[in-house]
Amino acid sequence: MSTLSSAQTLVSCEHVAWRRDGLDVLQDVSFAIAPREIVTLIGPNGAGKTSLVNLVIGLADPTGGRITRRDKLRLGYMPQHLRFDSSLPLSVERFLRLATSERKTLAHYSERLGITSLLGQQLQNLSGGELQRVLLTRAVLRKPELLVLDEPTQGVDVLGQAELYRHISELRDELGCGVLMVSHDLHLVMAKTDTVICLNRHICCHGAPESVARHPEYLQLFGKQAAEDIAIYTHHHDHEHDLHGDVVQESLLLHHNHDHSRCNHS
Amino acid sequence: MIPEFLIYALLAGAGVALVAGPLGSFVVWRRMAYFGDTLAHSALLGVALGVLLQVHPLLAVIVSSLLLAAILVALQTQKLLGDDTLLGILSHTTLALGLVCAGLLADTRIDLWGLLFGDLLTTNLTDLLIIYAVAALVLLVLWRCWRPLIFATLDETLAQVEGVPVVRLRLLLMGLIALVVALAMKVVGVLLITSLLIIPAAASRRFSRSPEVMAVGASLLGITAVTGGLGLSYFFDAPAGPSIVLAASACFAISLALPRRT
Repeated sequence: MSTLSSAQTLVSCEHVAWRRDGLDVLQDVSFAIAPREIVTLIGPNGAGKTSLVNLVIGLADPTGGRITRRDKLRLGYMPQHLRFDSSLPLSVERFLRLATSERKTLAHYSERLGITSLLGQQLQNLSGGELQRVLLTRAVLRKPELLVLDEPTQGVDVLGQAELYRHISELRDELGCGVLMVSHDLHLVMAKTDTVICLNRHICCHGAPESVARHPEYLQLFGKQAAEDIAIYTHHHDHEHDLHGDVVQESLLLHHNHDHSRCNHS
Repeated sequence: MIPEFLIYALLAGAGVALVAGPLGSFVVWRRMAYFGDTLAHSALLGVALGVLLQVHPLLAVIVSSLLLAAILVALQTQKLLGDDTLLGILSHTTLALGLVCAGLLADTRIDLWGLLFGDLLTTNLTDLLIIYAVAALVLLVLWRCWRPLIFATLDETLAQVEGVPVVRLRLLLMGLIALVVALAMKVVGVLLITSLLIIPAAASRRFSRSPEVMAVGASLLGITAVTGGLGLSYFFDAPAGPSIVLAASACFAISLALPRRT
């Protein structure tokens, strides 16, 4: 939390509280996001993760404390769902053109995220995984300084999840943007994240993945097993993987011996 | 030779159908059909108040519709009751109040049948001018705000995050619908207005791969329905408003039989 008021900071929350309908949803939440930093929000259902995201992107104003965004911060937001009605006919390309009018940018990121072949399709005909990739593409079209992702892998199969996280971390490198994401996929996300915030209406613990995984409040929330998964995972996997989705298979076989011969260690 | 009253009726109906196409598409996309119904029902109250206060009925309806939209927005801020319940309350309260007022004003001869089911065949030049002036205004506003309107219709939250003034757009759309409801009252009457908004748009959906195609298609189908309905009315002496609605329903039924394009 020492980085709170750096001039570089994209967003900083200071003692943020949020009440809705007489209920304290969030209390005394303080953290900051620096450029190129990937911050992951984890926490049980009802912990206020989506509420915190909504406060950070300005959809709601905190009822206490202060949120400071860098002046004219460009946000790229990927929502949990797209609430569109299927009576609205819209092609993927047209949907993306609502975010940018630059055809070059659109073509570049469509290629990058592998959705070029989907551009002519109607939005309502996409599968869950395809829609998530389209939404991620849309979020980066505005070349954001801060990318905000609310459960980006919802409705995506395990292989697709690993691929999506790989895309996110590559996009961070390419755009140099900060990332704030909400995730349930603890074991998948840990190796790709710089900071983990464990939220349960307040910040239980906060820090690098390994230190969070050892924190008593974290253990209480997620159980010892989950913590061990992460400890082992981050210990063995602070390296780049190849592109065959081995990440997933290995993480599923966490308690077996696995060899690292196929990994491209950096 | 086509009689003059029929030409006026055709031009008036076509003008309303033209603007009901794109606006009706928004009603379908945003699931506002019940909202349109409520506005339509409140229009009767508007007419009665117009007679009482001696202002032009169209003006009275426009003002009362806008007022109703404002009341609805105010009621929406409390979250205990859903929109459909609120609309149901407003819709039937205003309809009942309108009927009571019309009854009390019976000696000033309010044409209740004409209000409920339209009296397109009595259209005069003044009506025609008002219809085309309002239609032009609505189409101009839609054209200017098209992109943000589509974005906000697709997903309000996403649009809001990216700086689209979603609340203002919602109010704008409600206002435009109120205007068109006031116009459509002349064509099909209070009880059938929503059909003129949603049936052509629904029929157009099956052949559309973009919002623009659907909106233009809805306008064309609406004009077809007005023409067909007036023909039916002229040759078989059927009431014009209901005939137009039936013609629109026939267009929708045919659209179901044709292969879809999306």
